[in-house]
Amino acid sequence: MIEIRNLHASVEGAQILRGIDLTVNAGEIHAIMGPNGSGKSTLAQVIAGHPAYEVTEGSITFEGQDVLEMEPDERSVAGIFLAFQYPVSIRGITNAYFLRSAVNSIRKAKGEEELDTLDFLDILEDKLRTIGWDDSLMNRPVNDGFSGGEKKRNEILQLAVIDPKLAILDETDSGLDIDALRVVSDTVNKLRRPDNATIIVTHYQRLLNYIEPDHVHVLSAGRIVKSGGKELALELEARGYDWLKEESAQVVGSTG
Amino acid sequence: MTQTAMTTTDRYVAQFEAVAGNGAAAAPAWLKSLRSNAITQFAALGFPTTKQEQWRFTSVRDIAEKAFRPAETVPQVDLTALEPYLIGDMARLVFVNGRFAAPLSSVNDIPDGVVFSSLTDALANHNDIVEAHLGKHVPADYNAFAALNTAFALDGAFVYVPKDVTVENGLHVIYVTSFEEDGALTTPRNLIVVESGARADVIESYVGLSDRNSLTAAVSEVVVGDNAQVECYRIQRESENAYHVANTWSTQGRDSNYAFHTVPLGSRLTRHDIRMVMNGEGGQGILNGLYVTHGQQHVDHNTILEHATPHCESHEYFNGILDDHSRSVFNGRIIVRPGAQKTDSKQTNNNLLLSENARADSQPQLEIYADDVKCTHGATLGPMDQNSLFYLQSRGLNADDARNMLTYGFGIEILDRMKVPVVRDYLDGLIRSRLAQYRPKQAAS
Repeated sequence: MIEIRNLHASVEGAQILRGIDLTVNAGEIHAIMGPNGSGKSTLAQVIAGHPAYEVTEGSITFEGQDVLEMEPDERSVAGIFLAFQYPVSIRGITNAYFLRSAVNSIRKAKGEEELDTLDFLDILEDKLRTIGWDDSLMNRPVNDGFSGGEKKRNEILQLAVIDPKLAILDETDSGLDIDALRVVSDTVNKLRRPDNATIIVTHYQRLLNYIEPDHVHVLSAGRIVKSGGKELALELEARGYDWLKEESAQVVGSTG
Repeated sequence: MTQTAMTTTDRYVAQFEAVAGNGAAAAPAWLKSLRSNAITQFAALGFPTTKQEQWRFTSVRDIAEKAFRPAETVPQVDLTALEPYLIGDMARLVFVNGRFAAPLSSVNDIPDGVVFSSLTDALANHNDIVEAHLGKHVPADYNAFAALNTAFALDGAFVYVPKDVTVENGLHVIYVTSFEEDGALTTPRNLIVVESGARADVIESYVGLSDRNSLTAAVSEVVVGDNAQVECYRIQRESENAYHVANTWSTQGRDSNYAFHTVPLGSRLTRHDIRMVMNGEGGQGILNGLYVTHGQQHVDHNTILEHATPHCESHEYFNGILDDHSRSVFNGRIIVRPGAQKTDSKQTNNNLLLSENARADSQPQLEIYADDVKCTHGATLGPMDQNSLFYLQSRGLNADDARNMLTYGFGIEILDRMKVPVVRDYLDGLIRSRLAQYRPKQAAS
């Protein structure tokens, strides 16, 4: 579904990603872990197209399309969705209006008919029912005055309504209490299908107790330094990240 | 004072002598004396200069030098020309160039005891109520424009709602200006008295049908009785060659609820002094404003939330959307008088700058003479937030739509506080069409 090759990216002149290679196939869940500052969130933002990041080398291909040539909204239309680590609040615009605009923008760009308010509300209510939520956040301005947990829930609601091919969850678990974590992970599990994929960016192993990844990658200093199955996450939880930093230093040293 | 300033003041005084010796002879004695005191106060005050703190960012030198003359001609205005400015099927009073236009007005379905008439009619039929309030809430010596209005005011709207009466539908007052030449002065004067336990919604619209350079000096006095509920709206769409200077003061009683919503979109220069006095325990006040400016427009709000009694709440929200070379000034004072304990007052002013050449100045002032109060204020200004744009784009909105949504949200946040749906929706339409004009420019930048 998505192929990332030798991806280098910098922000304000500082090199953050130093050669990422990653392939995610339909039906898979990948977890990307790593210490603070390793480049996890940068990778997520670069895939979604944040204009502050400059890609200096490498490629990202999504279903055969050159992602780096696409505007952020074109990436969204193609089926890429980023659940933000720090969701932005939007003055005056209610969640319901925002979600309908998002869905209709994507439909319009695909040449599909836009939904009127009633049709959209049917879909929204159906999604809310599926994930077991009420509509209490719907008529409040997007993320404005939301608690940290509400903001993360709201990202997951957008994910459910937009129903992308590739979902990237950027530290969606950070700061969530155990109940909220369960709600978020239940939703992600319910949305899982053979024709979609998920990349979970996380600092903690905890989320992976609820969402079982097919692959776990460890990012350090802008590179994937280790990949493995879900057991790698447990090892990280037990041993921390320091042993990997040493290993990667040796790798870098030996390859010159 | 410079020689020029003295001369212009003298010119207004001379015009006053002419008007007083002319048509205004029919006024009752108390009003004649109010007017002649006002012109004396005007002459003593002179026009403000930018050396005065409250006028630091807003120069009225042009107004002082041009010496506007009271409008004398009243053109024929058809109801069809007014249609874009009517809101729902509200009762309305229409004034053209300051004079009451009965054929354009419609005051059916007004509940018994409620008065919705021109001030001239009110002087004939309800002199006691008018005399008790007119000029008592906006002192003529507050500034030169309040004095000018008091001296020259020919007519305006009078709203009186007796005790415990609810007026279901909004009362709409429309001031239309249409001039063939530059230099006309109009002085609309409104008096709104809502007695205890009563309810009313009053909308003031200022509409310019011509492009002439003119001056509007408006004054509104609003008296909200104990436990009364009042929503006042003000929509200003005068010509972008016009100057518009207004004073809107309110005083509210115990347990009352008053909201004042103001949306200035027109005029070259707008200066609006708003003072809300919380004058009875348990009162709640909302001051809610949205300015959308472009070109060379300049809009200045000088507001005072004054807490004279304990246990009152006031909330002030002003948002601005500024394009081109336009400029806004916001000066928000919160005054808490001695003994006004448990005051809860909050003030915000947010400015969205759509152009590098737009400028916003925001200045909060707290004057607190009580020790158990909660007062907060905050101001923001800046261009559109790049992270917000990225967020919307990442949800599928293209760059133009994302910018438009963020801009619109800035406005709708203010409109959503309005409790009269038909007015809110009307303004929503106005803001949407105004912002649609900005679309091509934004796409090009």
